[in-house]
Amino acid sequence: MNILTVSPSPHVRGCMTTQRIMLCVILSLMPALIMSGVIFGLKAILIISVCIVSSVIFEALTRMVMKKEQTIGDLSAVVTGILLAFNLPVSLPWWMAIIGCFVAIVIVKQLFGGLGQNFANPAIVARIVLMVSFTAEMTTWAAPRFCDVVTEATPLATEYGDTVPSWTDLLIGSTGGCLGETCAIALLAGGLYLIIRKIISPVTPIAFIGSVAVFSFIYGLTQGDMSYALQHTAYQVLSGGLILGAFFMATDYVTTPITGMGKLIFGIGCGLITFLIRTFGSYPEGVSFSILLMNIVTPYIDRFTMQMPIGGIDFKKEEKKA
Amino acid sequence: MSYWKEFTKGLIKENPNLVGLLGMCPTLAVTTQAVNGIGMGLATTFVLLGSNIVISLLRNVIPKSVKLPCYIVIIAGFVTLISFLLHGYVPDLYDALGTFLNLITVNCIILGRAEMFACKNKVIPSALDGLGMGLGFTLALFLMGSVREIMGSGSWMGIEISFMHPVSVFVMSAGGFFVLGCIIALVNKIAGKKPPQKIGCAGCPNASVCKSVKGGNEE
Repeated sequence: MNILTVSPSPHVRGCMTTQRIMLCVILSLMPALIMSGVIFGLKAILIISVCIVSSVIFEALTRMVMKKEQTIGDLSAVVTGILLAFNLPVSLPWWMAIIGCFVAIVIVKQLFGGLGQNFANPAIVARIVLMVSFTAEMTTWAAPRFCDVVTEATPLATEYGDTVPSWTDLLIGSTGGCLGETCAIALLAGGLYLIIRKIISPVTPIAFIGSVAVFSFIYGLTQGDMSYALQHTAYQVLSGGLILGAFFMATDYVTTPITGMGKLIFGIGCGLITFLIRTFGSYPEGVSFSILLMNIVTPYIDRFTMQMPIGGIDFKKEEKKA
Repeated sequence: MSYWKEFTKGLIKENPNLVGLLGMCPTLAVTTQAVNGIGMGLATTFVLLGSNIVISLLRNVIPKSVKLPCYIVIIAGFVTLISFLLHGYVPDLYDALGTFLNLITVNCIILGRAEMFACKNKVIPSALDGLGMGLGFTLALFLMGSVREIMGSGSWMGIEISFMHPVSVFVMSAGGFFVLGCIIALVNKIAGKKPPQKIGCAGCPNASVCKSVKGGNEE
């Protein structure tokens, strides 16, 4: 591609490739993956493996059918597989997980042209398709294996006055929920690693989680006293897929804004929609819908927050002056 | 035989629904079951046949300046007829189609054929055109309905398919759009249609450096 060679100056070439970025993301997902194995048992690891393998196979097959060069080497299919598996309950039949991988890789990613061309996060769309298709199976959360109960509701489904799991349970993840979303500490560790390695910007996760916390706190104040508001906020932040979504899905390069201001708007938008769906909607969890909706407006956010290069001229302003 | 051609063109080659992309609202709305698809399709065919014949007969009588109101009155007359018939004889179907039965009046296929064909042609070709287009529409709706019913409800024409686990997204509108897109792609493949250059690969700003466009940079 000699057409793109423009500049004479000596440029520094970074060693960061798509493959290395994806490798970092996989590494950062490892703590949560191990914890899901610890919490939900071997079946969790099995589902994650099924998702990874079928995602990679679907990617390879579609590229083959479309006669495009193979892209499984960039490991993005592996990341999609892990993220999708993290969004599934452990009791889900394996063939439903495979349908999810088909939706994610073939329909959402490859039909739009592969990595970099998809407008929505593949794992998120796959989760939503599975959620609306197999609602019963997708909302049957098996309790962690070291609890006595067989199934229990996700902490989000509890209401004021119900007995709720303790904060330590939420942090360690010994509550009901999807595979990878229960252990907050493991997810936070992975997210911090990504931020330190400068793979993701901290703006989106902070804006996302922060806005959910603020809105939940205000809502909590309207429902009860100060201590209830604090408790309500903690549950809203620590339970459900919020931390997983904020660190690993709302920071996807392809489907989220590239400008700093855009990331902030994106995060707050996600937080607001999540809060609205959780509080007033009919589904208990709104993280996936909020990220998908904000994915769709991402091009507009990017255009709206485009930065002026140094010495650049705003043509619209010039026209108005003239 | 050109009469035969007037009839068959609506089935696949110029299918009003899948190639002409007309009448999308009933296509997406009533096709959650195959039976509803057939019912809607046949009702539309009846209206289309009737309106095409009448409009063709009156083509030299209707003044150009008021042709649209005249067409709508004729079409609405036939829609009233079919909706009374369905209400009287197949009330189940009447309930299932609901308001979309009355909305046949504003179905673009019918007005489109009146405007494009019936007002310029003799009665027999117009009737055959209406019949062919209507059956093409019915076929498309039946196909959509079958796919959506089998995948979404695990049954076909009301018969349970025991080994199918229903995937309810197909019954929802998102699934409807998905199935429609797939069927349109399939029909375009069969009919050998290429996308117009403006929206095809050749019209892309990156065409000259893209590997998948012929004549682009193949490096």
